[in-house]
Amino acid sequence: MTGERQAARDPAGGPAGCGVNDPIIVCEDVHKWFGSFHVLRGVTLTVRRGEKVVIVGPSGSGKSTFIRTLNALEPYQRGRIVVDGIELTSDLHNIERVRSEVGMVFQQFNLFPHLTVLDNITLAPIWVRKRPRREAEELAMQLLERVGIPEQAHKYPGQLSGGQQQRVAIARALAMEPRIMLFDEPTSALDPEMIKEVLEVMVELAQTGMTMLVVTHEIGFARQVADRVLLFDEGVIVEEGPPDQFFNHPQHERTRRFLAQIL
Amino acid sequence: MTRRRGPSTPAAARPAAAQERPDAATARPRAGAAGEAWRWLHRNLFSTWYNALLTVVGLAAVCGAASRVGRWALTAADWRVVTNNLTLLLVGPYPRDQLWRVGLAVLVTAALAGLTAAAAGGGRSGVLMRRAPALAWLLAPLAVLWLVHGDGAVLDVVRTDRWGGLLLTLMLAAVGIVVSFPFGVALALGRQSTLPVVRAVSTACIEVVRGVPLVTVLFSTQIMLTLFLPEGLRPDRVLRAMAGLVVFSAAYVAENVRGGLQSVPQGQIEAAAALGLNGAQTTFLIVLPQALRAVVPSLVGQFISLFKDTSLVTIVGLQELLGIANSVLANPDYLGRYAEMYAFAGLVYWLFCYGMSRAGRRVEQRLGLGRR
Repeated sequence: MTGERQAARDPAGGPAGCGVNDPIIVCEDVHKWFGSFHVLRGVTLTVRRGEKVVIVGPSGSGKSTFIRTLNALEPYQRGRIVVDGIELTSDLHNIERVRSEVGMVFQQFNLFPHLTVLDNITLAPIWVRKRPRREAEELAMQLLERVGIPEQAHKYPGQLSGGQQQRVAIARALAMEPRIMLFDEPTSALDPEMIKEVLEVMVELAQTGMTMLVVTHEIGFARQVADRVLLFDEGVIVEEGPPDQFFNHPQHERTRRFLAQIL
Repeated sequence: MTRRRGPSTPAAARPAAAQERPDAATARPRAGAAGEAWRWLHRNLFSTWYNALLTVVGLAAVCGAASRVGRWALTAADWRVVTNNLTLLLVGPYPRDQLWRVGLAVLVTAALAGLTAAAAGGGRSGVLMRRAPALAWLLAPLAVLWLVHGDGAVLDVVRTDRWGGLLLTLMLAAVGIVVSFPFGVALALGRQSTLPVVRAVSTACIEVVRGVPLVTVLFSTQIMLTLFLPEGLRPDRVLRAMAGLVVFSAAYVAENVRGGLQSVPQGQIEAAAALGLNGAQTTFLIVLPQALRAVVPSLVGQFISLFKDTSLVTIVGLQELLGIANSVLANPDYLGRYAEMYAFAGLVYWLFCYGMSRAGRRVEQRLGLGRR
């Protein structure tokens, strides 16, 4: 497995491209249909290594579907997606390689309820990366320290608050040492008083230079960490720009209307 | 399709239970146990005039029935039909000079139960205590089979046509439960498979077996297995009956487990996939543990049914507990002693079913940990 991991990184880490500004995600004219419903209508996006992209948009605009195509949780029917040098096709092998390089945090946490917090975090390193258990547990404890809940390691997810669960979910994704982190509305299912603790962890993560794509309605977070903000509507990117320009001087009427609704 | 036929409560107890109103809100602490008892009676049994009437009538009915049964059991009943044939009822025609082997098998089983209970109850979880029960669960069934059947070298072989009575009932049920479980899980997974052929075959197996009565399955395995298998490989009747029970039970296990599989949220599978787990890892590490946990109650109910259904093998000529009971009753010495014999058989069945029911509850409580 380690060999494959190395192989997976070679295309991007090789002499062809090593700089900070190299693209790590390239999407070209991505289309997706749910039955006859055309969800993604030609999304073209390039994300540079280390870039933080915040995606906003009304519900049903396809923003969640889009980031779910990036680790092949949703298949797409037309276009091309290359993640860290690996093209996402229906090839299962490629899909598994990409998934072990891309961490994902879900709106509903999706922790495994039958495993302790520690086992949730060590599961993938042990089974996918073939790490020794002791080593995986040490890493898990470091990550729990980082998200601020080491004392919960031996509890079950159901015994934790929503905010704590989401922080465990972030630690679980980080345990695979991903190069990209996808966040699908990570704070939408949380009580207001717990949103802050999760956002703090995400801000800290952003400062480490992680490439992040975040679907969220947290404008404060977007202003603070985003390099670029995108507005999704009806399956296309309507507007994109740095947060300052996006929020203060939107170019499109659609963006102004959307911002008027959420601000 | 729930097939939970747990140990039934005596019908006579129903009227009293019907008017129970556990109403903690009205409970007031009061000095004196007698006062407390009086208040409890008033609240639960005599709160209104019709509840009081029901209580009196119900109590009278229960007492009347109990005293009649008790008087019959102690005076009119002649228990010699049971006591004189006790060995026969327990082990059937098992060679009398080899009975110690059955005794040893019982001891092994009891030790296994004790070890499991100790491991489940003990807070200390050293590696030895965690591994020992798993190892014991693998070895004990083999040890029991070896003791009861023998190998021809160390222990003389006791052919299965010498098995009978409660021994045969328990062997049939145990083999049926233990073997049908993995097959049932496999069928359930097969039915959810993305491969059309696997899905079709699994679905066909499940639906065909579920569509016919157990008696039919038992007859088919008795007759058809001998037709289809080569001459040299002709399993004996007990083995064929076991095959029938396994086939029948596996189909029901599969349907129960399918319910559990469907109860695992899609998000769990997505989270596993997003971490890079492959299909088999997702199934065995994430989906199955949660699915099986969810279906423990219905599986226990189903295994209790299977235990009771072993009595149907008398139809294909095997003498399990009820079969032996019937042949004893056919003996002119014990003419008409039906009540005593069936009371005994019923009590034995009830003891085992109640035991399974309790064990199932314990398992549920242990597994409930992750759900809190």
